[in-house]
Amino acid sequence: MTELVAGPAYLVRGASLYGEERADLLIEGGRFTAVGSGLDADGATVVEADGLVALPGLVDVHTHLREPGREDAETVETGTRAAALGGYTAVHAMANSNPVADTAGVVEQVHSLGRRAGWVDVRPVGAVTVGLAGEQLAELGAMADSAARVRMFSDDGICVHDPVLMRRALEYVKAFDGVVAQHAQEPRLTAGAQMNEGAVSAVLGLPGWPAVAEESIIARDVLLAEHVGSRLHVCHVSTAGSVEIVRWAKSRGVNVTAEVTPHHLWLTDELVRSYDPVYKVNPPLRTQTDVEALRAALADGTIDVVGTDHAPHPSEHKECEWAQAAMGMTGLETALSVVQHAMVETGLLDWRGVARAMSELPARIGRLADQGRPLAAGEPANLVLVDPAARWTVDPATQATKGRNSPFAGRELPGRVVATFFHGHPTVLDGALNTPHPGSAGER
Amino acid sequence: MRHLLSTQDLSLADAIQILDTAEEMAAVNDREVKKLPALRGRTVVNLFFEDSTRTRISFEAAAKRLSADVINFAAKGSSVSKGESLKDTAQTLEAIGADAVVIRHSASGAPHRLATTDWIDAAVVNAGDGTHEHPTQALLDAFTLRRHLARVAGTPSSGLDLAGARVVIVGDILHSRVARSNVWLLTTLGAKVTLVAPPTLLPIGVEQWPCEVSYDLDDALADAPDAVMMLRVQAERMNASYFPSTAEYSRLWGLGDERFARFAEPEFRDTVILHPGPMVRGLEISSAAADSDRSQVLRQVANGVSVRMAVLYLLMSAKESAR
Repeated sequence: MTELVAGPAYLVRGASLYGEERADLLIEGGRFTAVGSGLDADGATVVEADGLVALPGLVDVHTHLREPGREDAETVETGTRAAALGGYTAVHAMANSNPVADTAGVVEQVHSLGRRAGWVDVRPVGAVTVGLAGEQLAELGAMADSAARVRMFSDDGICVHDPVLMRRALEYVKAFDGVVAQHAQEPRLTAGAQMNEGAVSAVLGLPGWPAVAEESIIARDVLLAEHVGSRLHVCHVSTAGSVEIVRWAKSRGVNVTAEVTPHHLWLTDELVRSYDPVYKVNPPLRTQTDVEALRAALADGTIDVVGTDHAPHPSEHKECEWAQAAMGMTGLETALSVVQHAMVETGLLDWRGVARAMSELPARIGRLADQGRPLAAGEPANLVLVDPAARWTVDPATQATKGRNSPFAGRELPGRVVATFFHGHPTVLDGALNTPHPGSAGER
Repeated sequence: MRHLLSTQDLSLADAIQILDTAEEMAAVNDREVKKLPALRGRTVVNLFFEDSTRTRISFEAAAKRLSADVINFAAKGSSVSKGESLKDTAQTLEAIGADAVVIRHSASGAPHRLATTDWIDAAVVNAGDGTHEHPTQALLDAFTLRRHLARVAGTPSSGLDLAGARVVIVGDILHSRVARSNVWLLTTLGAKVTLVAPPTLLPIGVEQWPCEVSYDLDDALADAPDAVMMLRVQAERMNASYFPSTAEYSRLWGLGDERFARFAEPEFRDTVILHPGPMVRGLEISSAAADSDRSQVLRQVANGVSVRMAVLYLLMSAKESAR
């Protein structure tokens, strides 16, 4: 993207880069101008980072910002504030808005709302099919060529289940280096599904969402991607069996990437015994065996990235019977802490691995040239500073997202985002929102 | 006990206390004046989101025989889009001063929501929620079986459990709240339960339940169980390919005349037939079986009132003493 105007300079002093060696980072004009020890502040504002881990600004491949259409649930403004507080500098806004983001007009609107808000880069995801209806390809090329420069396409929330349509979408996006991000859910196997199908659903009497409904679609899609030589991204992988299929596909050289949500790295369907719809999500919470397989897969790279699937809902859509409740959980403000809990504190992933799964690879999948870059001189100054020793208790009422549907409410989590720099500007300082990027939209 | 939401969390002592209290209530029901002053001035709301005249009038009779004031609330539609939410309904009942809410709902877990949120303070009785549980049905089944076994043994039933009893439950286990409640309660009371169904009508995960599972009804009947419980099967299930035809279902899993003829054999002398109603005659049970002297169906209905009196009495007196 383009350069931004010269803002005030910042010197981040004594941060532990990727949790490894300590260094100072000098930020000027939106870029790191020097990285090393004992840098001279020389008029720059000093941010003391002793004991903090520095990572490239996080990139979410899977965010629901709800605007346009469901501004009661979230807006680009509130959702991107939440993102900044969570350490993000870019998010991919899913297409299931109202109207659906299936035209150049809608993706440009979302893109421009993001630029106006100024908290993170908002990268719209384009719908694969018109109206998410699964019948006719949306104008993928027009969205790719638009000002929003869409590269990721998804009907997320709904599976592109027609095999011919999925094949065509995979083929078509090759023209502009796009990727189809599939919500893998065989619809006939999941009609009326309410939770993971297994021992718990049997007892609770809730219609089951079987693992095979996800795995069969992933198996089909990796074969299609191989056949047409295109790029497939699998959203929110949730089962041990899916991991095996993705591992097999990668071993064959299929160009597939996979994502896991923070909640699937920790929570299980045992929580559904409460019938509290805060635990209702799609794909559903699975079993401990699945959680362990997902953690191992993220650690060994079979699963490439963590995507939040941040899905805010108004409270009335959760304060009701389970069957009538909306599916989805908030996640932007808890993702990094949950990953620290599930992956770092278990020894499965180091901070360099976190940077890879939450910044570098997400940026590469979305083809964001100036995100997920190394913490090095000359690179765009997208940065998050984390205090890994901090502990905090999740209180949804105090979060920036409009959604109060956090499954981690009341839990104590490790790690706190102390500061987020977005193209050289601190959107978060001292753990609190600072100001949006002052540059006008055209300057970023 | 603050609420009655499921039989899974019912201890053996609690279950026997309910059954024994129901025996005392049954004595009242045998009197000419069938009324106790126990819940005078207290309000019981029958909150029915699903039509069920049988269960509703049973709870209504139970509450009235305990002198409670009864409000029947038939709520239609319950999603945010379709009308008043469960939360608003619950808060309305709280404001009206309901001491107990008997809730019937098509959504599994709806009674849990009432009991675990701060929407309402009343005691909650699950009168059937979706395909989850129907605890008072299981209690009345256990009560009926316990009385039968006591009669055969020539002993009073109070204080007894169901140790050693063998119960076969046949039919649509997957969609049955009655089956779930009975599996937990009967096994807690010491009975051995065998479920019999086509594999399509058994939930994934049933192998972890504390019971036997069989696909063959004749096998399950071979050692003359103490009770055979036939569950209602909806003919519509056929359309979703749970079974190929009602005729095939009846032949393989129904208690038809041929199968019922075995009940004339000596080892079946004390085998009874239970059915939670309403029966689909000709599908899961033949008229000959349903109308025979082995059928406990009408006793179950009568016992239902006693059991529900016991539940309301125990919950509402517990709530009183907690205040």
